[in-house]
Amino acid sequence: MSAEPAITPELVAKHGLTPDEYERIKTILKREPNFTELGIFSVMWSEHCSYKNSKNELRKFPTTGERVLVKAGEENAGVIDIGDGWAIAFKMESHNHPSAVEPFQGAATGVGGIIRDIFTMGARPVFSLNSLRFGPITGDGASVKTNRRLFAGVVAGISHYGNCIGIPTIGGEVYFDESYNGNPLVNVFNLGILKHEQIARGAAKGVGNPVFYVGAETGRDGLAGAAFASRDLTEESKEDRPAVQVGDPFREKLLLEACLELLATDAVAGIQDMGAAGLTCSTCETASRGGTGVEIDLAKVPQRETGMTPYETMLSESQERMLIIVKKGHEQTVVDIFEKWDLPYAEVGVVNDDGMMRVRDHGKIVVEIPARQLADEAPLYSREAKAKPTPPQLDLAKLPATDNHAALLALLSHPSIASKNWVYRQYDHTVRAGTMTLPGSDAAVFLVREANKILAATSDCNALYCSLDPRQGARIAIAEAARNLACSGATPVAVTDNLNFGNPHNPENFWQLRECVEGLAEGCNAFDTPVTGGNVSLYNQSPAGAIDPTPTVGMVGLIEEEKHVTTSYFKAPGDAILLIGGFGDELGASHFLTVVHGQKVGPVPALDFAKERAMHDGLRALIKSRLIKSAHDLSEGGLAVALAESSLTHPNPPAQPLGAVIELGDTGLRLDQLLFNETQGRVVISVKPTDVATVLMLLELRGIVAKKIGTVGGDLLKITVGGETLAWPLSELKSAWYDSIAHAMHA
Amino acid sequence: MKAAVIRFPGSNCDQDAVLALTELGVPTDYVWHKETSLEGYDLVILPGGFSYGDYLRCGAIARFSPIMKAIKDHAAAGKLTMGICNGFQILCEAGLLPGALIRNRSLHFVCQHQHVRVEDISNPFLNLGQTGGLLRIPIAHGEGSYTADPATLRELNHKGRVLLRYTDAIGAATDAANPNGSAENIAGICNEARNVFGLMPHPERACDPRLGSNDGRIIFESILTTLGFLKAA
Repeated sequence: MSAEPAITPELVAKHGLTPDEYERIKTILKREPNFTELGIFSVMWSEHCSYKNSKNELRKFPTTGERVLVKAGEENAGVIDIGDGWAIAFKMESHNHPSAVEPFQGAATGVGGIIRDIFTMGARPVFSLNSLRFGPITGDGASVKTNRRLFAGVVAGISHYGNCIGIPTIGGEVYFDESYNGNPLVNVFNLGILKHEQIARGAAKGVGNPVFYVGAETGRDGLAGAAFASRDLTEESKEDRPAVQVGDPFREKLLLEACLELLATDAVAGIQDMGAAGLTCSTCETASRGGTGVEIDLAKVPQRETGMTPYETMLSESQERMLIIVKKGHEQTVVDIFEKWDLPYAEVGVVNDDGMMRVRDHGKIVVEIPARQLADEAPLYSREAKAKPTPPQLDLAKLPATDNHAALLALLSHPSIASKNWVYRQYDHTVRAGTMTLPGSDAAVFLVREANKILAATSDCNALYCSLDPRQGARIAIAEAARNLACSGATPVAVTDNLNFGNPHNPENFWQLRECVEGLAEGCNAFDTPVTGGNVSLYNQSPAGAIDPTPTVGMVGLIEEEKHVTTSYFKAPGDAILLIGGFGDELGASHFLTVVHGQKVGPVPALDFAKERAMHDGLRALIKSRLIKSAHDLSEGGLAVALAESSLTHPNPPAQPLGAVIELGDTGLRLDQLLFNETQGRVVISVKPTDVATVLMLLELRGIVAKKIGTVGGDLLKITVGGETLAWPLSELKSAWYDSIAHAMHA
Repeated sequence: MKAAVIRFPGSNCDQDAVLALTELGVPTDYVWHKETSLEGYDLVILPGGFSYGDYLRCGAIARFSPIMKAIKDHAAAGKLTMGICNGFQILCEAGLLPGALIRNRSLHFVCQHQHVRVEDISNPFLNLGQTGGLLRIPIAHGEGSYTADPATLRELNHKGRVLLRYTDAIGAATDAANPNGSAENIAGICNEARNVFGLMPHPERACDPRLGSNDGRIIFESILTTLGFLKAA
């Protein structure tokens, strides 16, 4: 084994540590660190592990509530009570940087990582969502080809991992925009179910308890991936491919079953997955949480390569591994279960009482760091924030009139709005026999049979809004998520978020982060949905610049009864179509302006939380009274797109077509403004013709604006406004909408 | 009666299959692949999933599992055996059913609700169905394209051993309705003795009207009727 390199200022800088941070390390250790210790501090104090640039902002989120059993930041994932002794653990996490350089494995291991976070809590993972963003996939040019390759690779990676492990991927979102050229976003969400008494903790409790390593052997893959994720992407980033891990969903499936089998016994004192920063993170974090120390010997760690140095072993991010603190005397239980599942396991160390993370290599001490200071006392920074100049605003008088017939087709065929069937048909979305609402509706709805609970979940973020007005964009992301849940018949209970931003050392980027966090916090307070955890991904920038700020919201809700489950598509000819929330008039920041006019201009639509929430409550009340046959929120593309989607998305359509005949009267608006504006707080519903009067009256009693605008049926979407009539055959709409992504990918 | 659901490492539809049977009142056990006996079981199900990660070829390693000899004995004794998805692949690899399942024509994994047409009801698995009747059942596979040599296909057709075919919503077995490129739109076949059934669709995911389709129950109820657990109507 070659001698370890000497610690020089250059080596310190190469590890992403500042001179001040290095001084702090020396103060903690009361000496110079060795090479392995330097590497350990480097990953633990990276943004990815320590949130050093964002923690002061994250403290603004509401994190408490009567349903919160495990708070954000306490463990690998938050835990929420859903009644009758049952709870859910859920979280969203990013794998943006790995996916940019190696899309298939980057995305696959993202899925693997988030699933481990959930079963580490003692929960059985029951479904996944994902929120993806790429540069444009239509048109010509090298970047378009790259974007297609990244998109295809990411979807294949998610499909590979999720399908093999047998956890359904039941919803999510995909957007395409220039700002993600070269820097795709891959945010993955998983949710698991558990009984209250099954909550597992990641603490090294009980001095003298043995520490077990279980799961895949450690290799050199994913070396210092957390540090890699905490840098800008550059032309040279592909040389960081060794920092991307390689996933094995089969191994993880075995690990999942073995761990849940073990957690059902009384043998486990603490458990922690080895994700970012691998063995390093799991040992120091369990010791810090337990108020103890942990000592391991690397010679006992199962390894798939020979000659690995302590530096490599400690910093490897090999997948599908867990650290388990076993109650003394219960070692044989671990051995029996991991033998049964043919998984490697080894007793590698012991819990001690001196607060140190001590690593030996064949007995010789190679690392000795106070665990708490390493895990929890990374330096925190409040970066300089500088507001971006106000973006250009729409001048409606100067906006040329366009062909509105063509405009709807252009919007429906835009990959951000078009059907995502090319994506979700590659995901197994029906395994575990609980998917009540198929992908493509406003929210995913899943029946957890063992608990007899119906959950709804959605992920939302309009990054165009966030780029034009970060605070308002974030507020709307929460409101839209809550609206999607309301349309599905659900009451929101909690939120996980994934904050994707550019380099925080740029004051404008940091300002965007701060504005978005404060906007999300306002939204979470307004809807009583505490944040239970999530992930921060900074440094999302390629040589072309930073991404649009993208604070992805994952929101989970509960549906009380099966008969409250509501879907977005029209059900039967003859049903009346109602618009809740008025015609609206805000065309600023709309997809219509972006897609049809090539303009990204403000203002972002207004939002009134009280009004929005009153509308959701009113909608849920109608759903509970069984008066609603379909409900679909208006978002990108406004009223016209929402009506077309309601006509097109029935998964098992009846023989008679579900077109719509719409009569809007004289609204005093420009036609494009009426059809495509994105004013918030609006929903299209369909009801039985005999229920129209009742529904309108009940809404009016709550002060909610609503109007009958048409009738379901026929093979056209026909909209009459004043004296003008627009009509689209459903077949024309469907071909624009359904196959658009497949056509782009096969171009 | 008693049913066994085999658990290979990487099986992931085992819990769904157990649930579907349990909800029909059938005592059902998981049987670990390292077991060697299926004594006392009337029905054996090989569930879907990715046995051994499907790393070599789907089902190619599972056929060497210790339990396989017991499965072959069970089938040879004329007892009912059903392989769903990966289970179908394993039955083909083990030689209990002819032909093979290869990569989908699209080269993509495909998951969707799929119409299949019942081609034959003179078997223990579909005797409550109607010949020509349509079922809507989820499929979810990357390697579901059924292939066999012409002589085998002739034999399967001639002996009424093609039990299910992929169709469109009105029951036409068109090429456009073929989700994976299977020969002659074949979705499920049985062995010559008609006691071993392999199918790509997942009936265990269509046993609850809350999930959008109840059509999978016809298969489970046919089996239970055959075994006398349910009384024929």
